[in-house]
This record gives sequence, C-alpha cells and structure tokens, in this order.
Amino acid sequence: MGSASSLLTQYDIEEVQEHCNKIFSQQEIVSLYQRFCQLDRNAKGFISADEFLSVPEFAMNPLSQRLLKMVDGLNFKDFVAFLSAFSAKASMHQKIELIFKVYDSDCNGKVSFNDILEVLQDLSGSFMSDEQREQVLSQVLQEAGYSRGSYLLLDDFVKVFGKSGLKMEVEVPVD
Amino acid sequence: MLLFSLSDKHMPCWLFSLQRCLVELICGFFVASWTGVISYHGPQPSIRPKHVFVANHTSMIDFIILEQMTVFAVIMQKHPGWVGLLQRTVMESVGCIWFNRNEAKDREIVARKIKNHIQGADNNPLLIFPEGTCVNNHYTVMFKKGAFELGCTVCPIAIKYNKIFIDAFWNSKKQSFTMHLVQLMTSWAVVCDVWYLEPQNLKPGETPIEFAERVRDIISVRAGLNKVPWDGYLKYSHPSPKHTERKQQIFAESVMRCLEEESDKFILLK
Repeated sequence: MGSASSLLTQYDIEEVQEHCNKIFSQQEIVSLYQRFCQLDRNAKGFISADEFLSVPEFAMNPLSQRLLKMVDGLNFKDFVAFLSAFSAKASMHQKIELIFKVYDSDCNGKVSFNDILEVLQDLSGSFMSDEQREQVLSQVLQEAGYSRGSYLLLDDFVKVFGKSGLKMEVEVPVD
Repeated sequence: MLLFSLSDKHMPCWLFSLQRCLVELICGFFVASWTGVISYHGPQPSIRPKHVFVANHTSMIDFIILEQMTVFAVIMQKHPGWVGLLQRTVMESVGCIWFNRNEAKDREIVARKIKNHIQGADNNPLLIFPEGTCVNNHYTVMFKKGAFELGCTVCPIAIKYNKIFIDAFWNSKKQSFTMHLVQLMTSWAVVCDVWYLEPQNLKPGETPIEFAERVRDIISVRAGLNKVPWDGYLKYSHPSPKHTERKQQIFAESVMRCLEEESDKFILLK
C-alpha cells in the first residue's frame, strides 16, 4: 500500500480484509482508514506514539504505554489486524491472546508473577501499596491453582479467562 | 455602515430596533449563501434582563444561525483578517464582548465586561458558548462555569448539524475560516436543528459547576451528543494525568473491596 494516499482501491481493501481474517467488513475497513489518515498527520503510513496520545481516551488509559509498544509504527494492514481482536466477531481465543501479549511485557511467551505485578502497578498507580498488590496477586493465583513461582502460558490464560464471560468489544462506526 | 458605527448611547429606540433587524437580515443572507436549512424548535428567546443564553459550539456559523432569528451579543475571540473587520463593524454594534486567549489577565477583564453587560436593560441578550472552543458536534466537552455564576437565568440552546449533508465542525487548527466557509458554500446544504430549551435557574444548594453540568446534560440529551469529562482545550494540549489517576483509583478501590469481601468470607467460615 506504500505511502498513505487518501484513496483506497478495492484491491487494498480486500488485502487488508484477508490479513485480518475477514473479521471486519469492507465498510468498516474504509471507516478505519479514514480515522487512520486523520491520526497520521503527515501521511507517513503509520501512526506515531505522539499521534496515538492525541486521542484523549487513549492517553487517559493507564495501560497506554503498554498498548503503544504494541501499535507504534504499525502500517494500516497490521493496525487493522491488531484491532480485529476488539471486534464482536473475533473469537474469545483471539481476545485472550491480546490480553496475554499485554501482560507478557518481555515477549518471551510466558507471564511471571512479576509481569502481572507490573501490569497491576500500571492499573492501580499510587492507590495501592506494593504489599497490597503482592497480597492480592498471591491470593488470586492461589485460588486459580497456581503459585508465586508459576509461569503462565497462553493456555493458562485461556483456561482462566475462558469461563469468565469476558467482553472486550468496540464498534467501528460506519457512516 | 454608518448605522453600525453609532454607539448605543446616541441611538434612539427606533434606530436600535432597525439595527437589530438589519443584523438579522445580514445573517439571513449569510445563511442562504450556504443553503442553510434550519429548523428552529421551541419558543423564540425573549429579551429580558438577567437572562443569558448558552449553546454548544461547533463552528463560528453557530452564532450566525442563532443570530438570524434573534439578535444576541456574543463573547468571541478576536480574529484577524476580514472576519476581524466584520467583528469591528457589524458585531460591535450589537454589543459583542471580545476576549483574547493568549492574554493572561484577560479572564478577569471579560468577567467584568459580562457583568456590566447583563446589568444594562437595553443591551442585547448575551449568548455564551461555555465549551470555550469549537467541538465536533458528536460530543459536548466540559462547560466553563463563568456563565453559570452570574446569578442569572440560563436559557440553554441545543444545536445539531445533520452530518449527511456537511460536517460543520470548524477545526481552527486545520482550516482558516475562509476555507471553512468555501467548503460550506460548495456543499449541497447545511441542515441543522436548533432547540430553544427551558430556562434554568441555580437550584438551592447547587454549585455553579453542578449547574453547568446539569445544563450540559439538558443540551446533550436534546441534541443527541455524548458527554465527555475533559475540557475543550485538549485541542491544544494533552489530557492531564489526573484523568488517568481517577481510573487507577476506581480500579484500586474495586480490587481492595473484593479483597475485603474475600477476607470477611474467610473469617465467617472459620
């Protein structure tokens, strides 16, 4: 797709649709492209960290830095693939996989006690002490049948979240 | 033009009325130039002392749309170029109040001017856009409390543009007003709804900020806009960390509550 011109061809839309496993409709992809071009101020073909942070809801999200690492510099095709996890049509597995990647900050395929603790720090800020966070985490892990020293894999996440009735959905507005 | 350069003190009553009619006519022409199709709902505003009007803000044309029905005096940012010329001639005649965002002491000066204006019985009713900046007509941002602590009745006006015809949002960072007008004029039509809503007074025990929020609710519901908790100046800067902290606080409190409930259950079972 090269540099971001403001026009998408039918081929482009189909290519993007294939890449996200047809989770988004063609109309949704056109809407997303309009938004992408709005955010990508100087038509570089990707959205920089600063430009993401210009969306107030994103900047206010306590996990914004973690999400930024995952989306910074993505071109439109990969950006849509990333967003597809948030669609109502995405599978539970895909959603849980994204959550796993948020927790796995060192990207080594396993989530340790400290990894979860770091996410908890982002989520609770100065409103919980380190001891309280460790206490909560130990208790939660214990109840789920794990210990402090356990390393959680994607399958463990699937087991824990699979039955929780997780809802992580965003609607793409179509004009 | 001579009509507009006479100050209020020298004008007899009939001339004042004529001036108001002329301003309404000029605005009518302006609206017709971009094929404005405007539906007004609700009772037309009446000129009474101690009444201010507030409306949500999308573009400078909001003012013109409202002005063609009833002449208001409005609080506006001084603009350069031909807009500034119009401001100095036509709009000065209706008693508009100017402010300058970049001046430090400006807020106090404007507050004083507002107070003086509403005391005067002959002045045109004051129209204030409490959002303080243009917003995209999907949301309303936090209202500034200035209009709500004047001890006056506040009459809300809701404005909603029909997006099918034109996106009327004027992003002053991206477009000059001239380009914005050209865009409006070359589109099919500007279709919009204006609702004049029931005048509101400060309730006993209500702070001006709560009053502002209540009026924002009324306007947002009527025009079908979402309310967001940040102020209009995010166009110019990043959100303050206190919004993130608020979210962290909500999360932390809910986790601590769960922890307490778990430990209470544990104690009960022992």
